[in-house]
Amino acid sequence: MQEFLQQVINGIAWGGVYALIALGYTMVYGVLRLINFAHGDVYMFGAFMAFYASMWIGPRVTGVGGVVLVILFAILASVALGVVIERFAYRPVRHHPRLTALITAIGVSLLLENGGQQVFGADPQPFPSLFGSAEPIQIGGLIIVRSIVYILVCTTALLLLLQYIVMYTRFGKAMRAISQDPTAAALMGINIDNVITATFALGSALAAAAGLLVASYNPQIDPYMGLLPGLKAFAAAVVGGIGSIPGAVIGGLVLGLAEVFVGASAYGDWREAIAFALLIVILLVKPSGLLGTGIVEKV
Amino acid sequence: MSRRQGSGIRDPGSGVGDQEPGVRDRGNPGALLRLESCTRAFGGLVAMKDVDLEVHPGELVGLIGPNGAGKTTVFNVITGIYEPTAGKVLFDGKDISGRKPHQVARAGISRTFQNIRLFRALSVMDNVRIALHLRHRHSFPAALFRTPGVANEDRAQTEEAHRLLEALDLGHLSGEAAGSLPYGEQRRLEIARALATHPQLLLLDEPAAGMNDQETDRLMEIIREIRRVFGVTILLIEHDMGLVMGICERIYVLDYGEVIAAGLPEEIRADPKVIEAYLGVENDEL
Amino acid sequence: MKSAAAHTIHTMISWLLKAVWIAGTILVLLALQPLLQSGAIIDPYWFRILLLMGINVTLAVSLNLINGFCGQFSIAHAGFMAVGAYTSSYFTLHALYTPVRNLSFAQQATWMIGALLVGAVTAGIAGFIVGIPSLRLRGDYLAIATLGFGEIIRVAILNIEEVGGASGLSDIPPLSSFFWIWLIALMTIALSRNLLVSSHGRAVLAVREDEIAAEALGVPTTKYKVIVFAFSSALAGMAGVLAAHLDLSIYPSSFTFLRSIEIIVMVILGGLGSTTGAVLGAALVTLLPEGLRYVPAFTVRGYVVEMQAWRMVIYSLLLIVLMLTRPRGLLGGMEWSWHGLSRIGGRWFRGRPSDRNLPPEEQGEGDLL
Repeated sequence: MQEFLQQVINGIAWGGVYALIALGYTMVYGVLRLINFAHGDVYMFGAFMAFYASMWIGPRVTGVGGVVLVILFAILASVALGVVIERFAYRPVRHHPRLTALITAIGVSLLLENGGQQVFGADPQPFPSLFGSAEPIQIGGLIIVRSIVYILVCTTALLLLLQYIVMYTRFGKAMRAISQDPTAAALMGINIDNVITATFALGSALAAAAGLLVASYNPQIDPYMGLLPGLKAFAAAVVGGIGSIPGAVIGGLVLGLAEVFVGASAYGDWREAIAFALLIVILLVKPSGLLGTGIVEKV
Repeated sequence: MSRRQGSGIRDPGSGVGDQEPGVRDRGNPGALLRLESCTRAFGGLVAMKDVDLEVHPGELVGLIGPNGAGKTTVFNVITGIYEPTAGKVLFDGKDISGRKPHQVARAGISRTFQNIRLFRALSVMDNVRIALHLRHRHSFPAALFRTPGVANEDRAQTEEAHRLLEALDLGHLSGEAAGSLPYGEQRRLEIARALATHPQLLLLDEPAAGMNDQETDRLMEIIREIRRVFGVTILLIEHDMGLVMGICERIYVLDYGEVIAAGLPEEIRADPKVIEAYLGVENDEL
Repeated sequence: MKSAAAHTIHTMISWLLKAVWIAGTILVLLALQPLLQSGAIIDPYWFRILLLMGINVTLAVSLNLINGFCGQFSIAHAGFMAVGAYTSSYFTLHALYTPVRNLSFAQQATWMIGALLVGAVTAGIAGFIVGIPSLRLRGDYLAIATLGFGEIIRVAILNIEEVGGASGLSDIPPLSSFFWIWLIALMTIALSRNLLVSSHGRAVLAVREDEIAAEALGVPTTKYKVIVFAFSSALAGMAGVLAAHLDLSIYPSSFTFLRSIEIIVMVILGGLGSTTGAVLGAALVTLLPEGLRYVPAFTVRGYVVEMQAWRMVIYSLLLIVLMLTRPRGLLGGMEWSWHGLSRIGGRWFRGRPSDRNLPPEEQGEGDLL
């Protein structure tokens, strides 16, 4: 029972991380109908920026202030990257066939991975422990790794913040309007370019946060670390219903729990395939995902 | 209701109806196409309700109605793009409801589309040759190895496609990309392509849409000519009343998914229900 | 009207010509093999590049069948290549005991053909199994489903102890050679072109252009998608067989999503929907790293930068720039043909304007030039 609970907590924590990344996919898909393949690499970029920032800031600013600076720098750098990608790679192909945009996104992803390999080096780097003590926390009979706790706390806080932004701010309303109907949104005076840029910024910030959290749990970072989590988080977004924000969270949690439980079972070796198996099953049974709505082609 | 309306229409019949093979009692076993109280709903929206419709061999029948009356839905149900929610589609006596579109085409129904659906990047010739596909006999592996039989068949198809294009005044354009043709010629090409499947029944969805008067007149000639030369039965949707009244032998009027009138052109023209549906007047009578 | 006898004679001549062509190609390849291998014309290094190019041509031309002609989008080609590579290697490792050098040419050929068949059939079946469910999906959903299947295939291979797991298979018999690699590459090109000019091929193009219209004309679109998918996978499987029996050891990590992307880059670079383009793209992608070898290394702030190491960066930049500037690829869907060549010749001489006045995104199956 105790072990089961512990696995559930792990599953929720991983699910939260997937959800943070999946949100970026789903929001961008909502406004652009584009699978932003490079999103997983923004997550990687966030982790590396934190790595470099802590090397520079660490000796100069100590204590909580230093950690906050590192996190802020990593997030801002990733936001800048996301905005640059949108501006220079995706905006020019926005009105091209969707396949062109998809291939461009694949190209950007490859560029970040291979460029990262050249600039950051191909070997895994040890990620600094941002949150101090690695001692596990004991709650009742449960022993929980400290970074899992951080992941749970930070993810919950970020999801609540996102919920607020999307539901109550002007930007959030504009973003939802564009998801519904870009033409109508533009006619209502919404500046589509700005909203799309802001969407990328927001998604990139969440991805960077996820990168930091994962790196602090598993302190090995390399330029390809975003590839699989990115693809899996995308699968989670599709499972939840691409374009749906609650869907991304649910998809992430489903995937996180499924991975943790299969990983602990006799079929542990197949853990890496679950995301894709889930993806295919959902695409075949309900292509619009758990919370998505389908579109009928007009003849 | 439609029955009452139908008998009401026939009264002032000038005798023309008697010469027409089509204007007979419902349930005639000789019908080529018969919709039996077909209904199609999308969620709560009923796009087509209890539609009864018959087309007899050799007839040229029109289907009219205001925008959004469900005319194209009728075509989509006949051709298998939508399955009827209730009711049956009988073609040549066989129930074809629920068949896939390509099976319906194979059974002998061909169509054009309201929003032209040509293979735009392919040549005019290839557009027609694709429609001849139904009658090719060689297997996929034979095509891969391009056996002499395949090459011969290919030549025969090209010749036949050329004849069809000539018949529709498109012969000189066979090498052009379909998407580059002017609008009117695209519509004609769609008809040529539909004919290439050798259909028994041809469904034309607003063939004159976007054409000027001159082009429309020419189209009427072509449609008559097609029927004479290819012996094909035609059911057409059209907004251009001149065209419908000019060439259709019988007309069905659809409004809000229901057949509100059926009969000869002059009867339809005089029918108060039809006028009401089109002009939306006399709402108090509804 | 042709008489029946004339028709028969015509058919026989056609067959004969075909046989002469095939035999001629085989003889030329057989003659080239020792010539090239000897190092007299090209050194062994470039010989190997030529072999890799042949395998890439097969992969790119076969992927173009799905992604270019049929208008679907698959990111699973490396997965099917893996299926062919693994099953055929398992077969030759367990069935062939005699060292290859002790086999006569005829025996080697028999084993190679056997291995190719095993690879093609298993990869074709895998393609069929993957194709039936995935091809219900469209556009980016299909892309992502095939990507998922590709990854599942890789994880599956990784978890099957029989085929070595992560450490892969080694000591595969060296059956592959210049002759086989280029025979299959040329065969793939020929089959692909034959298909395109046939009634079946036009039906495949119709699926790409407009599925609803194709269905309305009696084209069973799902059936064609699955057939093309399975056929293309079988060809990818053959490429896998050739690669495995050339490198003599294979690992699951050689068949990742990134390898699939590399094949997609080849097809897109040349221009989706053009066999000529796929061949060109495969050649360029194979040669690119070699070309970069000749770019001298330079230093930036004390770091030595070798362009060769940056080849993947250059690939990705190339892909992005291509999409931004020329999304239809280098050839834009055009095919190479003598007719096209003579047409441009005619234009040069007579100054005849092109008879096509299409916007670029609508130019389809035209002739090259």
